Amino acid sequence: MRLALREVWTAFRRSPGLSMLSIVMIAFSLFAFGLFGLVAWNIRGALEKAEERVELRAYLVEGTGTEAIGAAVGDIGAFPEVARVDHVTPQQALERARKELSEFKDVWEPEFLPASLEIRLKPGMREPATVEAVARRLQGYPFVDDVRFGEEWVRKFALVRNAVTWAGIVLGTAFALVSIVLVGATIRMTVLSRAKEIAIMRLVGATDAFVRLPFLIDGLLKGVLGGLLALALTWLAPALVRNVISVTFFPAWLAWSGVAVGAALGLLGAGLSVGRQLRRV
Amino acid sequence: MNAVPTVVRFANVTRRFARGTGGVQKVSFGLARGEFVFLTGPSGAGKSTILKLARLEELPESGEVRVAGATSLKITRGEIAKVRRKIGSVFQDFRLLEDRTAFDNVAFALEVTGAPAAGIGARVQKALERVGLTSKLQAYPGELSGGEQQRVAIARALVNDPLVVLADEPTGNLDERASRAVFQLLRDINAGGTSVLMATHDLDLVRASGFRTLELNRGTLAYDSAEAGPMEGLG
Repeated sequence: MRLALREVWTAFRRSPGLSMLSIVMIAFSLFAFGLFGLVAWNIRGALEKAEERVELRAYLVEGTGTEAIGAAVGDIGAFPEVARVDHVTPQQALERARKELSEFKDVWEPEFLPASLEIRLKPGMREPATVEAVARRLQGYPFVDDVRFGEEWVRKFALVRNAVTWAGIVLGTAFALVSIVLVGATIRMTVLSRAKEIAIMRLVGATDAFVRLPFLIDGLLKGVLGGLLALALTWLAPALVRNVISVTFFPAWLAWSGVAVGAALGLLGAGLSVGRQLRRV
Repeated sequence: MNAVPTVVRFANVTRRFARGTGGVQKVSFGLARGEFVFLTGPSGAGKSTILKLARLEELPESGEVRVAGATSLKITRGEIAKVRRKIGSVFQDFRLLEDRTAFDNVAFALEVTGAPAAGIGARVQKALERVGLTSKLQAYPGELSGGEQQRVAIARALVNDPLVVLADEPTGNLDERASRAVFQLLRDINAGGTSVLMATHDLDLVRASGFRTLELNRGTLAYDSAEAGPMEGLG
């Protein structure tokens, strides 16, 4: 191990420019992927927030007793899809309407708006089919007059979310592949620059494991350093647009996962490249 | 038939290449312990292939190569690495690491085999002493003449106390004087009991030495001076 570390240091000292170039190339490959990830992460956050607006409103028949409403709240709250049920009295509905809509300012009769149950669904249960199924079950209560859930909006939202998800998967895969290819090519360049050394090592009796170790350490270090640089760049980039839009950075676990991906790519790239070179000698 | 143990034995060895030249067909010979043998023949006759096969850098398509107790018929990459520690290799183009001193180039051959660090310095010093380069320990290859670089390469080949030295045109890039010096060095090494198999184009050198000669022509062994009359096959 001591000798392998010395070889890594020797290689860096011999061609610091190439080593720095490798780190920068790895960093920019991961940075491009990181930027895409950041955009995807923020779009996902925005979609999740918008999705929280998916709710059902069951309007109750006038004169429905509080006991029946209380039982229904408990019953509906136990649906596996339902996160929360709130009973909105006519008075509360009117107060809310007066706050939000100016044309209700002169309306004072509490019975003007019907009582209702507001139902919010759990995350992952907001697909149009699920929402419609819950709506049908609500319609089954005799004291439910009508159920509204913005059917058109829910459908369009699901379409947009699916399109964004698929675009994210396709583009993310493409960015990831480009990053892998670039990191692999960078590491391969380093290995090729030391092809003569590898041949001489094998010639004088070095085992494959012995030849590999310094390259694996080198690839790992470059991957980690490139990953850290990419993380720093990805963290700094949103500052440029912070005045225009609000950007949420990755949670710590995801940010460090990016560095780990860099390290894994460096290690894998080095392992594959040196393996390929070893097969020739 | 052969009382002296062999360090290299080729038995009906065939190795062809897609490019058509440089391969060998049904080559058989043995290199005895302590023997000095020349490999001659025109370019593309298969001299370098014989040496590559002896180093197990290439494996035969058919036939068997036995070297330092190992057989090409059943050998892993790990075992090849261990066999190479018993072989010293010298090339026309020296194959030194340009960014390391003469001392480090020789030490490298010990370090990669996992030799104990404590003894490396003394062994390297001794090997460089044998080739007469003690005054150039810290010189880089670029600061050395061709002959000196080849002597560093020979020191590297010797430092592991090999059973056999495989030399591929070791004087090919050297002037007359340096060539004679390098050849004399190889003779001295051979006199110490190490077998030497040397490919060369220098027929004057071959004739003057009186050592056994194998002549290759288009991949086949055309002449073996041990079996024919002395020098009768050399053109």
